[in-house]
Amino acid sequence: MYLTEADLEAVWLTIRLACIVTLILLLVGTPIAWWLARAKTWWKGPIGAVVALPLVLPPSVLGFYLLLAMGPNGPVGQLIQTLGLTPLPFTFWGLVIASVFYSLPFMVQPLQTAFEAIGDRPLEVAATLRASPLNAFFTVAVPLALPGFLSASILTFAHTVGEFGVVLMIGGNVPGVTRVASVQIYDHVEALEYTQAHHLAGVMLAFSFLILLSLYIWRKKPNNGRQHE
Amino acid sequence: MISKISFFLCCLFLSMNAHAEKITIAAAADLKFAMDEIVTSFKNVNPDESVVVIYGSSGKFHTQLRHGAPFDIFFSADINYPRELVRAGVAIGEAKPYAIGRIVLWSASQDASKMTLNSLMEQKITRIAIANPKHAPYGKRAEEALRASGLWDKIEQKLVYGENIAQTAQYVQTGNAEAGIIALSLAVNPELANKGGYMLIPDNLHTPLEQGFVLTKHAEGNALAKMFADYMSGKSARAIMVKYGFVLPNDINAK
Repeated sequence: MYLTEADLEAVWLTIRLACIVTLILLLVGTPIAWWLARAKTWWKGPIGAVVALPLVLPPSVLGFYLLLAMGPNGPVGQLIQTLGLTPLPFTFWGLVIASVFYSLPFMVQPLQTAFEAIGDRPLEVAATLRASPLNAFFTVAVPLALPGFLSASILTFAHTVGEFGVVLMIGGNVPGVTRVASVQIYDHVEALEYTQAHHLAGVMLAFSFLILLSLYIWRKKPNNGRQHE
Repeated sequence: MISKISFFLCCLFLSMNAHAEKITIAAAADLKFAMDEIVTSFKNVNPDESVVVIYGSSGKFHTQLRHGAPFDIFFSADINYPRELVRAGVAIGEAKPYAIGRIVLWSASQDASKMTLNSLMEQKITRIAIANPKHAPYGKRAEEALRASGLWDKIEQKLVYGENIAQTAQYVQTGNAEAGIIALSLAVNPELANKGGYMLIPDNLHTPLEQGFVLTKHAEGNALAKMFADYMSGKSARAIMVKYGFVLPNDINAK
């Protein structure tokens, strides 16, 4: 077999993680991006900077502090304990939460750009036609920002697939639970199993390339909301 | 502008030591505390020399050395890795044993000296940390010991794997794993020992962890590397190793 069963399990886990994280971020990131695009308050700066932090923070730093926060002595961990839920480190959902933080800017920033490109005009026009803000959002803003949604989703998905540093700190390398493809490749290399490493890395490379190819082929030019000057 | 350039050049020249020897040591993670102390005492005797130590998993260093990493001496937690390097022709001389490693059961939330391996089956232990058996020698021995005691199948789902033995200890120290199997050399360090005792796992449950080091091709002609290698068999270095729970190769029956 080109890929071992353990490799396939890792790939499947990676895809599951990336899909769930992308969906969650679509729900969480869209309001944040909308607010950042439309807000005129002073808070826009700091909040925008916080959202962009995972772009520059080394993933291992993020992973380490998430591990501490989610651990039994950290704020999140203690909250989870009082709620009687299973602790988050080394679990799939712990990884999901970590990835949501890690990939947040990859969802928010393209969306924010797309929303900003709409400008005020279309939404003002919608308001004069008696559309409520929510209605205007779904019927005017979202269709105009669709290329942005596509970019953001694909970037978030691809970024989560490539996650390594965060997983290494907070994952515990549990097979079928947190042993994602990037960690599995690393394990193969560490154990000097170079052939399997090549195979799995090749599959992930092809997969990532196809994802990005689809982004670049199908992305429409952003001509939304712009009046002809 | 000229003064800035000359200042920069001055700094550059001053940073070049007249004694140009320096060595980079790649040491297995379990040596963290012991090697720090050995290097300090070596520098006390040889104040002008530059010795840099990098810690990580033995497997990783072995791979990097096979691909030309610029380390001068490789201290591995498993002597097989240095022997591989000798076979591959990237090392000079022979792989020399420097210690026998031991594994212990350790916990930050309870006193492990009162535990046995069977305690790992208890309900309150939800996560057990061991190093990745695939490439970390201590992890491999941990797996062997667990299998030999018939516990592996019973506790496998509770296992989380550290990238190296230091990360494994970190998982236990932060409480993320209630218990773990770590290196004795890490457990005796005050930082970890303060949190609780350890239980020495009988060494008949696993293959011996013969630890060895070797000088790499990169160290060819480097007198400092040879000096450090000799220092390792000296009295002070051996005393430090014993202090950190390493059994020395010629007195296996002592512990």
